[in-house]
Amino acid sequence: MITMLRRPLFWLILLLAAVFAWLPLRGNNVALREDLILVAVAIVLTSNLNLMIGYTGYVNFGHIVFYGLGGYVGLYLATVRGWPLIPAALTAGVAVSLLALLFGLGILRLRGAYFALATIGVLVAVQAFVANFEPWGRSTGMYVAFESYAPMGGPRHALWTTYFLVIAVMALSLLLSLGIKASKFGLGLFAIREDEDAAIVLGVNATVYKAIIYSVSAFLPAVAGALMFFKNGMIDPSIAFEYMLSLEGIVMLMLGGSGTVAGAALGAGLYERLRSYLLTSPRLSDFHLVIAGGLLLLVIRLAPGGLIGWLYRLVPRSREVVE
Amino acid sequence: MKRMFLIALLLFFSLAATAFSQQTITLGFTVSRTGALNVDSLEQYRGFELWRDTVNVAGGIKAGGKSYKVQFASYDDESNSKRVQQLYTRMILEDKADFLFSPYSSSLTATAAIVTEQYEKIMLTTGAAEEKTYKLGNQHLYQMFAPATQYLTAALDALKAKDPKAAVAFVYEDASFSVAVVTPAKAYAQQLGFNVAFSEAYAPNTADFGALIDKVIASKATVLLGGGHYADGSTLARQLYGHKVPLKMIALLVAPDSPQWSELGDAALGVIVPSQWEPQSTFKAQYGPSGADFGKAYTAKYNAPPSYESAGGYASGLILQHAIEQAGGIDTAKVAEALNATDLTTFYGRTKFSTQASEHGLQVGHTIFLAQWQKDKAGQPVKQVVWPLAGKSADLAYPIPR
Amino acid sequence: MSGILASMIDGLLIGSVYGLAAMGLSLIWGVMDVINLTHGSMIALGMFGMYLLFSAIAVNAYALLIPIIAGGFVLGIVVYWLAVNWVVDRSQLMSLLSTFAVNMMVIGIGTAIWSTSPYNVNFSLPGITVGEYTFTGNHIAAAISAVLIALLLELFLYRTRAGKAIRAVSDNREAAELMGISSTRVLMVAFAIGIALAASSGALVSTLFPFTILSGAGYQLKSFVVTVLAGLGKPLGALAAGVLLGLLEGAVSPFIAVSWIPLIEFGLFVIVLIFFPRGIFGRASA
Repeated sequence: MITMLRRPLFWLILLLAAVFAWLPLRGNNVALREDLILVAVAIVLTSNLNLMIGYTGYVNFGHIVFYGLGGYVGLYLATVRGWPLIPAALTAGVAVSLLALLFGLGILRLRGAYFALATIGVLVAVQAFVANFEPWGRSTGMYVAFESYAPMGGPRHALWTTYFLVIAVMALSLLLSLGIKASKFGLGLFAIREDEDAAIVLGVNATVYKAIIYSVSAFLPAVAGALMFFKNGMIDPSIAFEYMLSLEGIVMLMLGGSGTVAGAALGAGLYERLRSYLLTSPRLSDFHLVIAGGLLLLVIRLAPGGLIGWLYRLVPRSREVVE
Repeated sequence: MKRMFLIALLLFFSLAATAFSQQTITLGFTVSRTGALNVDSLEQYRGFELWRDTVNVAGGIKAGGKSYKVQFASYDDESNSKRVQQLYTRMILEDKADFLFSPYSSSLTATAAIVTEQYEKIMLTTGAAEEKTYKLGNQHLYQMFAPATQYLTAALDALKAKDPKAAVAFVYEDASFSVAVVTPAKAYAQQLGFNVAFSEAYAPNTADFGALIDKVIASKATVLLGGGHYADGSTLARQLYGHKVPLKMIALLVAPDSPQWSELGDAALGVIVPSQWEPQSTFKAQYGPSGADFGKAYTAKYNAPPSYESAGGYASGLILQHAIEQAGGIDTAKVAEALNATDLTTFYGRTKFSTQASEHGLQVGHTIFLAQWQKDKAGQPVKQVVWPLAGKSADLAYPIPR
Repeated sequence: MSGILASMIDGLLIGSVYGLAAMGLSLIWGVMDVINLTHGSMIALGMFGMYLLFSAIAVNAYALLIPIIAGGFVLGIVVYWLAVNWVVDRSQLMSLLSTFAVNMMVIGIGTAIWSTSPYNVNFSLPGITVGEYTFTGNHIAAAISAVLIALLLELFLYRTRAGKAIRAVSDNREAAELMGISSTRVLMVAFAIGIALAASSGALVSTLFPFTILSGAGYQLKSFVVTVLAGLGKPLGALAAGVLLGLLEGAVSPFIAVSWIPLIEFGLFVIVLIFFPRGIFGRASA
């Protein structure tokens, strides 16, 4: 753990968080804050997805289910039960991780494409369940009463507080990725990725490792989901479990460089800015998916290591700093 | 002497200029140009647009010695609530909208309301009948549509007169608007002594109603009430007709009010729609154009008769205009006060907003009609007002010709 | 006629279309071990193909299936060279990502051209009424078309040389190559047939319900469920599993709210994946 402090990336992550916090604060730039929070959420989702895809080699197509379920649990606790935001968000994280552990024990015995398909099945099944679940509003979903922002000092104040909380979750996600990478646990995951059977023979308890990482990769996205949906004031099954967001997470990861900490952040940041630009540009908004798909195709054919992989080839020394 | 004259001239022109200095006011809203809500949303947009053009031709909204030209900041929300959130935030923060209109539909409006309340901006909602949004403690929302509770209770009252022992089926979209309509309607049906033979909500974006229709037939219901918006309502009507379901009365929400409904051919006939406004209404307008003038101007510009979504859109503009005039300017607090005090009859009917904190902005002046598609003397399908009996233009056709 | 029986017949009819959709996915998966994530968008293109052809030439929509199958075949060849040829021997992750990228592009282009507003193909055949229940002509015609196409495929695979070559490559590619079969060409043809099947199922669906470019996704998911249920390799097995799925939907829907059905289907999907990797009829992939 102390060795983490010696890694330059540790400090770079803290710097990134500080920059995110400071930039919109100066000049009370609310529009910039709204842009940056989307980038931060993308980084949270992508870096946690990286734990499954990049580190362990298991492709999770239904990753967004953690975000959406976290949103539902968090919003339910905060709005219907009247809990304050931070305990609600943390409980959402824990609840979704436990659920992930449960699902994981079932589906992680599948390999390769079968696992990927099973994660799609989990996503769709959860969405169908929630759309029928009366206490969570079925297809209508749940709305935050405007008074819920009062304990946080009113809506304007609450939006800032939520922003800082999300930045914290972003920093934690990146630090978690870095920490796992530097640990023995992480080494076990890489071994599973390279050759699961060989890893088992060498004494890596693959079943336990996979279950743990699947569950861990659910925690921070669930917390982020609770925060974001509270900020947005509402949740319903169609926006909580957007299949396309799950898949764009994969694009972001491949673009940045799967398996690296910085790659997840870089890919998420760049793609999110590109997407925002495309969606608000009147002529190009329809082409957002075409460009995303084209980008993915180019990346996997020409540069499977993503931008960071390309950087490593250009500047071999960068491997030590930008990991 | 000449210099004095020149100075006087200068003074006169500058005074004249300040007396009628041209300002603009920006109205922000999204339109569902694409996606499942596109038909209904476009009709609402046309109401806004016709109002804006009428006002600007007359020189703008005149208040407090200034005149304000109306300009729109409007985007396509693709019938998607996430886009609504992003776009309303953008309209308030970047386009600096002074006032907002809602998107079309209760669910998108509920989403937009969160943003407008967070930034403390006034929003007039139209195309949105669900009541829950106004019971969450808002301060700047104003609902133009008569609330959802009234929609099907009117249909049940009409049915009571024809067949007090009918077996009723509710088949409706599982979304905030239809649920807000059907929940009180079911209770009212039981109260009136009807047999509620079947009730089920379908997921939004359902395209295949086959299984539901089989269940309706099995329940032996003769009356079907429900639907949602244009896409699902029109599909449901088409499939009910294709399956030859023996229904004596069908009342669907929203969809049959659109002029496009006649494209369904025989499947369109006999279907009833709860309506916020019909061209045959005869309200005496205290402000703004008469119903006939509105209908004429609309048809001239868009080559189609106005639906109640268009009427709601136009009326929203009128009510806002009236409030700005009363407030003498565009200050949010003053305009809010003026809206709270509004009790006005326009071509659209009576508009009055609740000012109780527990339901601020709920519409309490406006009421629902029922319209039904029938063949006129020339054999063409037209909408007739069939309820309330006092204002009807034709009798309710029961059972519907199938 | 009871409600449950009517519901099951409806389920059987639509299940044939599910089966047809799944056959394309199953064929490609079985022959080249590629999970084709463009499947959904190809189904949607079949829907729009029917719409465009029918708007241009107002003939019996079912006759238009022939040009759509041909068009689907050509489209399949294009997609094969764009995204599939280079992943055939690589990891499954690569084939998933590659086909998924093409899927995104097709959906993007489709949205740009047709937006997400619903479209309809306004063609109806008279239905058959039994008691209080009517089975629409379009549903019946779609089921018959699906079965016919499936039989044609079976004939092709078992009675023609090209079909035999495909089965040979599917069983053991190296051995087939040693026998002088050009595996690249065979894989390309097999892939193109798979796409043609997907497009034809989309064309049939377009006559039943309103659709958008996004409507294919739902059928893609059902295709996964059906393919996994059936196991890989046997197209008729996929058709049978599709019919089974439709029957299941029809049997269950009178008793519970229809909106619970996706949950049941996907619960079933995950369970079959975990406990019955070989499916009910066929073999698992190599």
